[in-house]
Amino acid sequence: MRLHPLSRVLLALAALALGLNLAMPIWRIDLIAPQYPEGLFLQIFHDRFAGDIDKINGLNHYIGMAHIKDEMFPEFGIMRYAFYLLIAWGLFTAVVGRRGVLLSWLFAIAAFIIWAVWDMYVWGYKYGHELDPRAAIKVEGMAYQPPLIGHKQLLNFDAWSTPDVGGWALFICSALATIIFVVEWRRAHRAVRSA
Amino acid sequence: MKRPLLITTGTMALAGLAFVLVNTLPGCRPTTTQTVVTGDAASKVYVKPGTHDEFYNMVSGGFSGQLAVYGLPSGRLLREVPVFSVDPETGYGYSEETKGMLMTSHGFIPWDDSHHPELSQTNGVPDGKWCFINGNNTPRIALIDLGTFRTHSIIEIPNSAGNHSSPFTTGNSEYVVAGTRFSVPMGDDAQRDVPISSYKETFKGTVSFIHPEPETGKMSIAFQIVTPAVDFDLSHAGKGPSEGWFFFSCYNTEQAYSLLEVNASQRDKDFIMAVNWKMAEQLAKEGKGKRVPGKHYSNWWNDKTHSSETTVIDDVLQLDPKEHPGLLYFMPCPKSPHGCDVDPTGKYIVGSGKLAALIPVFSFEKMQKAIAGNEVEGDFAGIPVLKYESVLHGEVKKPGLGPLHTEFDANGNAYTSFFVSSEIVKWNVEKLEVVDRVPTYYSIGHLCVPGGDSKQPWGKYVIAYNKITKDRYLPTGPELTQSAQLYSIDGDKMELLLDFPTTGEPHYAQAIPADLVKPREVKFFKIEENQHPYVAKGEKEARVERNGNEVHVWMTSIRSHFAPDNIEGVKLGDEVYFHVTNLEQDWDVPHGFAIKGAANAELLIMPGETQTLKWVPTRVGVWPMYCTDFCSALHQEMQGYVRVSPANSTVPLKGETVSVDAGV
Repeated sequence: MRLHPLSRVLLALAALALGLNLAMPIWRIDLIAPQYPEGLFLQIFHDRFAGDIDKINGLNHYIGMAHIKDEMFPEFGIMRYAFYLLIAWGLFTAVVGRRGVLLSWLFAIAAFIIWAVWDMYVWGYKYGHELDPRAAIKVEGMAYQPPLIGHKQLLNFDAWSTPDVGGWALFICSALATIIFVVEWRRAHRAVRSA
Repeated sequence: MKRPLLITTGTMALAGLAFVLVNTLPGCRPTTTQTVVTGDAASKVYVKPGTHDEFYNMVSGGFSGQLAVYGLPSGRLLREVPVFSVDPETGYGYSEETKGMLMTSHGFIPWDDSHHPELSQTNGVPDGKWCFINGNNTPRIALIDLGTFRTHSIIEIPNSAGNHSSPFTTGNSEYVVAGTRFSVPMGDDAQRDVPISSYKETFKGTVSFIHPEPETGKMSIAFQIVTPAVDFDLSHAGKGPSEGWFFFSCYNTEQAYSLLEVNASQRDKDFIMAVNWKMAEQLAKEGKGKRVPGKHYSNWWNDKTHSSETTVIDDVLQLDPKEHPGLLYFMPCPKSPHGCDVDPTGKYIVGSGKLAALIPVFSFEKMQKAIAGNEVEGDFAGIPVLKYESVLHGEVKKPGLGPLHTEFDANGNAYTSFFVSSEIVKWNVEKLEVVDRVPTYYSIGHLCVPGGDSKQPWGKYVIAYNKITKDRYLPTGPELTQSAQLYSIDGDKMELLLDFPTTGEPHYAQAIPADLVKPREVKFFKIEENQHPYVAKGEKEARVERNGNEVHVWMTSIRSHFAPDNIEGVKLGDEVYFHVTNLEQDWDVPHGFAIKGAANAELLIMPGETQTLKWVPTRVGVWPMYCTDFCSALHQEMQGYVRVSPANSTVPLKGETVSVDAGV
């Protein structure tokens, strides 16, 4: 049994919406402190950083954190292909309209999210823990790992880590695809029962 | 088929809603820090029109080189006292009399970077007599007389470079100190012309003890102690039990001479240097010192002649601590100590390691015991280093980040500024416990509690002098106002009351009850006491005289005319000296003097005073002069002319004031 035409249209839209990740920031980190009333932020695109990266690097050098540069992240070179693949996979799902293919797409998205979150955690851990021993300021027992998601107090900074447009698109599209899968699955089973 | 459709549509709607929500969510996060100012803050800083502030606040003008005077709690700017920088507004540094105040061994230096005002003390308490302030760049210390709020004395510090650790006073202002920020090679020219890389071998530091004469305020260097090459940062005198000692923070014990940002931040501990100045004084008296090269200028303002007097001294008395054990000790202090503050009891010395995440508090009693018991961990360039644990009263743990300076109240509390974490932290000195903290806006440097570095703090307020203002005031292009913030410390919690803008970059500041200063105020100078060589004590003495190509004008000003106000016979190539005496004998009636094309400045002359403006005319013609200070209803009529003729002219020299009936 093929997927309902409306589901297929929605899946196609969801797959295309993932394309937002190629143009818009995926994630953002906000830093708030009394002496930065306007706030500092860092945006992560699929291929680069944006935002107050120079100011953040300037601040972080006191405590010996690494100087963030795009070149440090091979992920920026390959992430676009992951999105191309996910978008193509999603469009393919919409075209063939098979539930099994939809399921495989869901697994692919899930695998991507797990990889991304793990990668970000590892990066954040290294960034926050591997401090230059020659740093001017050393606070005993202090690490500066940014929060994976949500809020964390780092010295006098409130650090917030939240999805940006791309992240939200990914989240909503995968949620939508999951719901479609569940709905289709129930529809198929009802069809079997009534047959 | 309808149900799935419904469900999918519903899902879409939900997803849409979620999308709207998530895009508004970033707005839910706090993006600015709100300051909570309670409702009655305004009344606490309100000084009713026509009434006076409770405190004078003497604030360094930073790179303006001057001293700014504010009233507290209103934060109103009362006066900017010209100290190290010329001031065309008053003619300071431009008039012939004041030029000498800015003379140094490098010639006339018309600017400096002023950092730390320090009020003179009697029995360890500010007495309202003088205010000292240091010039950081061309090492100098100035003494400002609080009777006239004028710079009364400036002394240059030889063998010093970057006079930062200065001008803190002993309990009876026997001495104010000057510790050099940069260590430098010393001696004769050959000894000073050395490779920078020979820092460790050839560079030395110094701390100088300057004695201001109690009667005149004339300053001289009593003695200078040579130290190992480090950077001295700040200092404070002992008091009570620690009277007779002086404490200096120093960084760069790595002895780096390049990229100090990194190279001078490597050691876990630098030092607080303890100096037994009573012993040094005794050694100097006994002739144990050695006079070494150190040309320096001492400039003094004579209130009777209304002129500066300059003395040039070629050498300085130096004491070598290696020859005098017991004179100097180092106490290890975590990470590049900046502030070095002694609590009101004199029992504790607080070091603020600006890169440390704790505040060490040293005990004077323990220090004495460590010295007696020889509890040393080694030596640094021949000076004994006492054991950290032996001299430590205790550490304030995790107080904040980047401690800089500490002031005290009379109830056993300390207030420490934290630059990096932008806050003031209040803590108990005995218990070493943090009691309260407030954010500052933004990035506080120094702070001040009235009497907060003395034996008897008046308390009541703590003022934050911030390094960054950002969005606190109306923006004025890339360069913003500097600012201070007033907090009440009367209650258990510190409470922000007021922001006020400041001139220059405010470094240290001191505050003193107005009642200790007000009775000293000079209202005008008595004309009969005026001993200026060119004074005209009445219009009858007003005249013009030629001496070669110099034309001297004995000029008077009184509401609202000059005498003479018509001058003829000046020729191109002449130098004209206008010696203007303000004949008024009443408070608040200054007169100004300005002449067209004056290449230096105007003059602002106080009642009973004489000041001289040198004017070199460059063109033939009749040139106007006038009073710049609105002195009366007929101020705009207070004007005159100077006729300038060609060099070969035969126009006779004359100066007169012509009345309308003169021709009748």
